[in-house]
Amino acid sequence: MKPRPPIGRRLVNGVVSGLAAASALMGLLALAWIFWGVLSRGVGALNLDFFTSLPNPPGVSGGGVANAIVGTLAMTGLATLLAVPVGIMAGVFLSEFGQKSRLADQSRFAANVLMGMPSIIIGVFVYAILVLPRGKFSGYAGALSLGIIMLPVVARTAEDMLRLLPNTLREAGLALGAPTWKVTLTILFRAAKPGLLTGILLAVARVSGETAPLLFTALNSPYWESSLAGPTPNLTVTIFNFAMSPYPDWQQMAWGASLLITCGVLALNLAARFFLGEKHS
Amino acid sequence: MIFRGLSRGCAFLVPALIGGIFLALLIYSLPAIKKFGVGFLVSPEWNPVTQEFGAASSIFGTVVSTLIAMLLAVPLSLAIAFFLVELAPPKVSRVVSTLIELLAAIPSIIFGMWGLFVFAPFLQTQVQPWLASTLGFLPLFQGPPMGIGIMSAGIILAFMILPFICAIARDVFLLVPRTIRESAFGMGATTWEVMYKVMIPYGLVGLIGAVFLGLGRALGETMAITFVIGNSHRISASLFAAGNSIASTLANEFAEATEPMYVSSLIALGLVLFLITYLVQILAQFLLRRLYRSWSVGL
Repeated sequence: MKPRPPIGRRLVNGVVSGLAAASALMGLLALAWIFWGVLSRGVGALNLDFFTSLPNPPGVSGGGVANAIVGTLAMTGLATLLAVPVGIMAGVFLSEFGQKSRLADQSRFAANVLMGMPSIIIGVFVYAILVLPRGKFSGYAGALSLGIIMLPVVARTAEDMLRLLPNTLREAGLALGAPTWKVTLTILFRAAKPGLLTGILLAVARVSGETAPLLFTALNSPYWESSLAGPTPNLTVTIFNFAMSPYPDWQQMAWGASLLITCGVLALNLAARFFLGEKHS
Repeated sequence: MIFRGLSRGCAFLVPALIGGIFLALLIYSLPAIKKFGVGFLVSPEWNPVTQEFGAASSIFGTVVSTLIAMLLAVPLSLAIAFFLVELAPPKVSRVVSTLIELLAAIPSIIFGMWGLFVFAPFLQTQVQPWLASTLGFLPLFQGPPMGIGIMSAGIILAFMILPFICAIARDVFLLVPRTIRESAFGMGATTWEVMYKVMIPYGLVGLIGAVFLGLGRALGETMAITFVIGNSHRISASLFAAGNSIASTLANEFAEATEPMYVSSLIALGLVLFLITYLVQILAQFLLRRLYRSWSVGL
């Protein structure tokens, strides 16, 4: 025999459960609504011109954001080159050398704080140390602020992934007489590769949609730029400028660029998940 | 040795960056701090023409929009976490968690676009007229329904921070030892009673940490807010009115600021935001760390 709770309590339970399920449904609906909004408005803007030509002046239809796509790729690439080696080395220290030392503790704590720091603050910081003294906006400044945002993400995932490796792996390497650096570089990195890759992908996904830190570091530009030394065109600030403009042509382009960014970020996230899933199985 | 030193240097860089950010912001905001003093925090005046700057309207907008976001997002995300942990079948739970996490991956600017062109018009035509006609006697819901304004900013913020709070709340619930959960079920408690009387009190510290983490996010959120808040330096009691936040003021005005005092005041605004989010972050980390340590699992 199985005594059941009285009807009143069961009723409350039912109501709350229903509300919880409804909340989950609402979260999913919000996601679907946003995705559908971007998809339905953005898809009309995508054509060959969108990927190959420069933005047209307002009122002239057609044109594209090719320069901004290249600029975003270049800055994200440079940011990755800056943040990944430093981040992975920091992760190595946290998991292999520092572990419970004070420096490791503080570094871990700071990485968590930095991850939650508003990205616009990073932009202000880079503006103060790089743009103001040099007197001009530059793609390098943009890449630096993106790199700073990536750093803690790479460092923390690298630490977690290295920590998951069994100690026997390290001991086997050391027993062969290999120094720690060799063990780390040739054995641990190889074993933790999918995890490290996941961290990098997530970090890239995180910054490829960032706008706030670029607003006053890289600024934007309607032209092809041959270097990152001056204002650099990029997709996200282009979206911001075009969306805030009163011209329907430009707003349409902003939707196209939004669709591109959304798809890129979601693809990176799914790829990261895929790599991690492969490792677990 | 070299390798060890190198990795040590890289690890040291992270706390050094935080210190560097603080110092740089402090140094560059000194002119504004010297000129306006504490009055900077309480003066509602923001006028680049007369060079009078006060942060009150930006701070007000930040606080109010964050408050709306927290009021909506905290119950919603706890309810979703409850659904994921206790109610949904494992398969459904996995899919729904993944989708909710994808919501966190959507860039801020996309929320902004959607908010400005899709959600704000929806609020303006469907929700706000109804609020004005039923609750219009409150000063909160007076004035013309414009769609954009503090209210839409707060609601969009809620959607943005929901996945963060939800993910941590779910982890906290999953960490509650099985024996404790099951003994509550064994006493004949319903699923909701187990949640409300056992899981929530048990994981309370962690849940508060999760809420603070969401709070930190909401305070510093920039682009989505900049699109929909309306950008006006006026303080108004109505949620329909346009306002601004610290982050949106920075986003809108920084690239155009030329006079040194204007730039310095904006950086001072950044310093205020830095200090607020830093404090909230520290509190969140401290709570979560205490929880994970007492349950002896790594963060």
